[in-house]
Amino acid sequence: MLIGNLRWRLAALLLLAAGCVGCGQNATAQGMKLVHAERSLYREVLVYEGRGVRCMCFTRECRVGRQSCLDLHDADRIVMTYPRMMLTALYVMPEPAKVLIIGLGGGTLPIALQHVVPDVRIDVVEIDPAVVKVAKRYFGFAENDSTRATVADGRVFVKRALREGRRYDLIMLDAFDHEYIPEHLLTQEFLSEVKALLSPGGVLAANTFSASRLYDHESATYAAVFPAFFNLKKDNRVIIASNGELPSKETLRANSKRFERVFRRFGFEAASMLPLFSTKADWDTNARVLTDQYSPANLLNLRQRE
Amino acid sequence: MRLVHVLLSYLIAGWSGFFVMAIELLGGRLMAPSFGSSIYVWGAIITVFMLALSLGYLAGGRWSMRAPSVRRLGLILMAAALTVAPLLAYGERLLDYVATAVPDPRFGSLLAASALFFVPTLLSGMVSPYAVRLLVQDRATSGRHAGQLYFVSTFGSAAGTLLTSFYLVLLMEVRTILLSMIAVSLGLGACAFFVGKAGDADR
Repeated sequence: MLIGNLRWRLAALLLLAAGCVGCGQNATAQGMKLVHAERSLYREVLVYEGRGVRCMCFTRECRVGRQSCLDLHDADRIVMTYPRMMLTALYVMPEPAKVLIIGLGGGTLPIALQHVVPDVRIDVVEIDPAVVKVAKRYFGFAENDSTRATVADGRVFVKRALREGRRYDLIMLDAFDHEYIPEHLLTQEFLSEVKALLSPGGVLAANTFSASRLYDHESATYAAVFPAFFNLKKDNRVIIASNGELPSKETLRANSKRFERVFRRFGFEAASMLPLFSTKADWDTNARVLTDQYSPANLLNLRQRE
Repeated sequence: MRLVHVLLSYLIAGWSGFFVMAIELLGGRLMAPSFGSSIYVWGAIITVFMLALSLGYLAGGRWSMRAPSVRRLGLILMAAALTVAPLLAYGERLLDYVATAVPDPRFGSLLAASALFFVPTLLSGMVSPYAVRLLVQDRATSGRHAGQLYFVSTFGSAAGTLLTSFYLVLLMEVRTILLSMIAVSLGLGACAFFVGKAGDADR
């Protein structure tokens, strides 16, 4: 009735918004073969294999970005660039005792951290139960005494952890993808909550995708909460911020040496990441800070930079 | 019925449609910091709005049987706007309180969405059937009037959805958008209140 009709259409739109980009075709492009499709509340979680890798994707034929990939012949190798960049947060916080990872994907980060930091305790929060299931079945992720996965919204989990007085030495934010940014995870209030959840000197590593006008707003928002942070740019953007002083280049170099062997096993040279650590403010510092009241991140991401 | 009354009835129905959808979209933003943006939150919001509207239609139809007037239509609009105001003052605290008390994301967000949006949406739902009563003069044209009213109201909803999600959130803070909409509702409602006089619609 009246407004009702429109509303149903909106409901359907919202339900489908994330899901069905380019559905209904068989996967042959790039030689990737569909291995598994897991139905989810949000979207289909797809597993593709081809050219020696297995990838988790949210779109047919992995058209819009791969979430996570596994080398079928060398399970230790980290295929994609961004988890390698995320792991360099260890140069700033070499021995985290407690880690929180927001956004599981294929579980690359928790699996790698278990290798690198022997006694680490890891909490993973993932919004989509289907992603957890697929990560366990196809990507070698496992829960055990030291690693626990919770199905919840990242912001809700952070607030709850704060209330319970928990603290983390390292928080990895990996909840964004090419298509959609959860806007409540890119506001000054959220970053303040994350900062409060960090132990003294604790480190936040965030994987982001902003290339457009959002880059300026995202940077200004991080700068409003963390006076200084490392800004690593390659294919993605990774922000590494600290709840304390940032270490010097020498300290970073010295810390990187501790991971030379294990990172080589992951398929990259620890030292090769050092030049990426930039503290230069290469954004419009007057850009408006994003808040819970003003958070049009996805609309801003459509805008060209000036 | 005077032309100005007819115009006001349509205008109020159209604006009310705009108002409801804008609040619904902003509702998702208001709830995200406490409840996240999982599918349950949108499910809860849409459920509460649908339920409140359905009961609002019923209530609006009933109330239209007793001395209907443009004046009272204006009162409904103003009441709907005023019941949004507490959301600005206490919304955040209430959301955090409910999120703590009811950790289940489904029932927590259902409860919170009900507390915040049920009353204003129910009142907004009363507008359309009430306006139908004011506009319909005889049986022969009743369908046409109802059709025109559906058109205006749903078109308003479409405009409210599009403008809010594509433009308003880029221009203003959520609370500024809400305040502006409350102001428009109060202005329009006051117009209807002062222009209309009780008992006008009765032939």
